Amino acid sequence: MMETPKTDEKQEIHPMENLLRMDRMPHIWCPTCGIGLAVTAFTAALEKANIDPNTVSIVSGIGCTGRVAGYVKLDSFHTTHGRPIAFATGIKVASPKTKVVVFSGDGDLMAIGGNHFIHAARRNIDMLVVCVNNFIYAMTGGQVAPTTPLAAYATTSPYGCVEPPFNIPYLAESSGAVYVARWTTLHIRRLTNSLTEALQKTGFSVVEAISPCGMYYSRINRLGDGLDMMRFYHDNVEIRHGEDTKNLDIGFQTKIICGKFVDRERPSYNERYNQWLSEVKTAGRHSKGQKGSKK
Amino acid sequence: MKADKAGVLTGSHVLNGNQACAEGALAAGCRFLGLYPIVPSIEVSERFLARAPEVGATFIQMEDEISALAAVLGASWTGKKSMTVTSGPGLSLMMEHLGLGIMLETPCVIADIQSVGPGLGLPTHAAQGDMMQARWGSHGDYEIVALAPSSPQEMFDFTIKAFNFSERYRIPVAIMSDAYVAQLEETVVIPPADQINIETRRYYEGAKDSYLPFKRDKDFVPPMVDIGQGYRFHVTGLTHDDRGYPIMFEECQEYNVHPLMWKVRNAVDKIVEVQETNTDDAEVVVISYGATSRAVLKAIKQARESGIKAGGLKLVTVWPFPEKRVTELAKKAKAIVVPEMNFGQIVLEVERNGYGEANIFFLPHGDKGAEYSEDILAAIKRASQTSEAKSGIIEIS
Repeated sequence: MMETPKTDEKQEIHPMENLLRMDRMPHIWCPTCGIGLAVTAFTAALEKANIDPNTVSIVSGIGCTGRVAGYVKLDSFHTTHGRPIAFATGIKVASPKTKVVVFSGDGDLMAIGGNHFIHAARRNIDMLVVCVNNFIYAMTGGQVAPTTPLAAYATTSPYGCVEPPFNIPYLAESSGAVYVARWTTLHIRRLTNSLTEALQKTGFSVVEAISPCGMYYSRINRLGDGLDMMRFYHDNVEIRHGEDTKNLDIGFQTKIICGKFVDRERPSYNERYNQWLSEVKTAGRHSKGQKGSKK
Repeated sequence: MKADKAGVLTGSHVLNGNQACAEGALAAGCRFLGLYPIVPSIEVSERFLARAPEVGATFIQMEDEISALAAVLGASWTGKKSMTVTSGPGLSLMMEHLGLGIMLETPCVIADIQSVGPGLGLPTHAAQGDMMQARWGSHGDYEIVALAPSSPQEMFDFTIKAFNFSERYRIPVAIMSDAYVAQLEETVVIPPADQINIETRRYYEGAKDSYLPFKRDKDFVPPMVDIGQGYRFHVTGLTHDDRGYPIMFEECQEYNVHPLMWKVRNAVDKIVEVQETNTDDAEVVVISYGATSRAVLKAIKQARESGIKAGGLKLVTVWPFPEKRVTELAKKAKAIVVPEMNFGQIVLEVERNGYGEANIFFLPHGDKGAEYSEDILAAIKRASQTSEAKSGIIEIS
């Protein structure tokens, strides 16, 4: 075993220490995993967007990325599998001044949580959804996900995946999201910029962060280690801002199109709700429901 | 603490049970409803929504019952008292977040307007078939408080009680009503706000940097904080330590899960409530709850008129079950009769606590409705004539 080198230098402080739960380090993520990079980009974006951390609530579901809520020093909730968006919706509707972030994985948000994802987008709930996509269920040991590319191997697709995957940006846009971007965790600076923009946006914003999974996805598909995955991203990512989200399918080891695809305005749920409320209060709109009387 | 005037519609009203439930929630200070529509619970939501603007409450109709309760849990952490309302099939979907609510110790109220199951059942017809599901339906160990109203007035009163228990113990509380009580219209008297006692969760008052989300007080209930106050706390549905951080050792069952039971079990005497009729000299005691207890009152009266010493025990709180009192009554009485709108649920609890002391007769009336007192009277008569001790539950068919 290697000895830790002794040094007289003052111990270095992590620049994001004020936004991380240092008492929980080291984290559980495997070497070469990209989730940590996504968290770094997110904490940097929080600072860049100049958002008071005390006003932020972050909600995660289950899985590797589901652990993010436990490592960031914000009001943070580690909730049920697939339901962080539903939980976060309750927070946002009950407390409109809260900045709400959902940080979870592709399996959590797109499979078991897929319904909540499209409905929150339809309602345009004001929240940022960061979806770390590693193409596989990693926490449970490498099962096929709704994002696993056709023909890719997983423990539950031993002959290659036969189901076409979701194109997350396309699903997000067609469901109503106002901001949609995709980067890999190699593109840390661009990912940070997108997260910063998304944090400043009002409405349902989705940032997909494609991440290497050196332990399961790469290994079962013989794609090398994490560095090889990063090299693959370097050589095969094409940046096309404003690309039609229809064209963003990801195949097995095919080129990956990244960029900012959607940045539009739609009234958020809370804006519509407040508008409705003001109309009710100025007698412009009457409830058809049963009204209590003080007879 | 007295109720906030804004939510209290003081006066005498003719309301159905569902509407009374909504009024009870507003009077108790509930300011968030997460809902998914299901018969026969609709009027709770409709009434709540109609009154929301003037009271200052918010609501959202979610995409299913899973997300409805998830949103309620999220809303509760903003400091708003929160509830959802459903019926059997919805309650099945809510079991996931009932468990999360237990684990995150999040105050909330679930009103279950029971209809006939299983599966799709008969959605418009009353039943009491979810009683065990409320207690045992979510995985793992937990304790729950459940109340069973039998009239619109009790829908109002018990909803306030439900919020008070949920805030005091930081647990989800169930109102186990049924289609009969929910649709029944009766006079509901809503007292002035200053005559309604409401409880609110205990807030943490120490220094911000030393807040521990699950540090328990002597009653095993941890003081709470709202989001957005600078505590930057973490909570997880995994077993966890006082800081709310996951602990993945089996010892955590003892450290984390056992106190979830204690906080209810140790307070049983403060929670359990029953209403008794003529039990002092009763030879036959009818144990009932909810709509069924209305028919029982009539049957007891008729039995007394025909010379049978009959009495009744009505469960206000079904969970925790009034174990001590049922054992006492079983020792005194010759027989116990349990009528239920199901094929045998709470009678199992009665058997567990009264077995060997009195004969236990079970009267299922799954398809006859709560107004049917003749069957109960016949059951009382039969129970009063059975002298020899018999083992097991004697089902009257």
